[in-house]
Amino acid sequence: MTTPVLDVRGLAFAYPDGHQALFGVDLHVHQGERVALLGPNGAGKTTLVLHLNGILGGGAGTVHVSGLPVEKKNLQEVRRRVGIVFQDPDDQLFMGSVRADVGFGPANLGLKGAELDRRVAAALEQVGMAEYADRPPHHLSFGQRRRVAVATVLAMEPEILVLDEPSSNLDPASRRELADILRSLDVTVLMVTHDLPYALELCSRAVVLSDGQVVADAPTLEVLTDDDLMATHRLELPWGFDPRRIGSLPR
Amino acid sequence: MGAGHGHRLHYHGHSRVHRAPAHLKLLALLGFVLLAVAVPPGWWAAYPVLLAVLLGVVLLARVPLGYLARRMWIEVPFLVFAVLLPFVATGPRVEVGFLSLSEPGLVAAGGLAAKGTLGVLASLTMAATTEPADVLRGLRRLRMPDLLVQIMSFMLRYLDVVTADLARMTTSMRSRGCDPRSPRHWPTLARSMGALFIRSYERGERVHLAMLSRGYDGELPR
Repeated sequence: MTTPVLDVRGLAFAYPDGHQALFGVDLHVHQGERVALLGPNGAGKTTLVLHLNGILGGGAGTVHVSGLPVEKKNLQEVRRRVGIVFQDPDDQLFMGSVRADVGFGPANLGLKGAELDRRVAAALEQVGMAEYADRPPHHLSFGQRRRVAVATVLAMEPEILVLDEPSSNLDPASRRELADILRSLDVTVLMVTHDLPYALELCSRAVVLSDGQVVADAPTLEVLTDDDLMATHRLELPWGFDPRRIGSLPR
Repeated sequence: MGAGHGHRLHYHGHSRVHRAPAHLKLLALLGFVLLAVAVPPGWWAAYPVLLAVLLGVVLLARVPLGYLARRMWIEVPFLVFAVLLPFVATGPRVEVGFLSLSEPGLVAAGGLAAKGTLGVLASLTMAATTEPADVLRGLRRLRMPDLLVQIMSFMLRYLDVVTADLARMTTSMRSRGCDPRSPRHWPTLARSMGALFIRSYERGERVHLAMLSRGYDGELPR
């Protein structure tokens, strides 16, 4: 098998206050996969995500991104390869215009001039926000800001896109539009979410994290129909949603 | 949700003053304020001259005087202080009606009020004719340390977010039967200010994380 895009082995981490968040996590994500990372609040999902690009570290275990170990001397390249879209777009959009915000990452990578413009235009095109390039981000609607936040990361041409709660606070139409965008991208995706129907719709594989450990790693439909697993780890489907009655799953 | 516009002091226009380079305007403002502050006590004739120059610039910029006047309220605390001066200062006193006022106090109050008014009016004119982003560009051209310019640009960006946070907090206080304006509820208001500070601080951390994730190394791209 080829080198996984994401290779996490035996990852353990305790916060400085002594709270242990991860207890030996193993996770592999291969090229082109879309994987959902599920788990109740406080399971350690965000802690895991912050290890993927070296924001957190120093505990036991290793993280490799396409074979490159996440360590201090590689941080710049690791952060190019792993694109994290945070939950609140206001945390991610801080420049005066959409264009400047989307250009922020590539400019930090040293891109300039025509190549920078090309990256920005391509990323905005991918999320359907090209005509908003000159608007200040805080004048956009929440759904538009979430899409621009995705573009800010796509502009770095990452190998894996990590999304923290991509569907939270979106109205159903924006939620569906974002799903269409994510499906249209030719990129590996790791999606942290509580939105189980969304995980089923977009990701063929799901990993369940609970109390800092991986407790399940299986096709999403299998995970969502395993009632014991679901109940043990505080995962619940929305009322009226029955994954067994969905005839065919979208790819 | 982020609908506010971050330039409440700006008056849209295309006059020569609007189009002048921001760094020149900054230097002119600084020079003007220093000049006003440096006027020695008793040189009353200097103030009308300075005011005339300033009004000339305002006319040239075609910013309505009423627009600036309404925003002058920010000066009120200084004026209150100036009014108090003749009562509390020492030295020879003059009788005005039944009041006994200090002469040096009167002179100082007059100077303070005149200098303050000129400074505030000049700054407002600058703000009315220059977009905040241009002010930042101007500061950068004047070799202001990059870190300070970055801090100011983040303040501009997040001012609306923080005021929206505050508005939501006061709305939720009102919904639970607490009137933030009544002095009886000031302790609650103070605590919510503390909470707002923590929230903003934590947001700052999250923004920093998001920046690091995109390869930020201490310098913003121009």
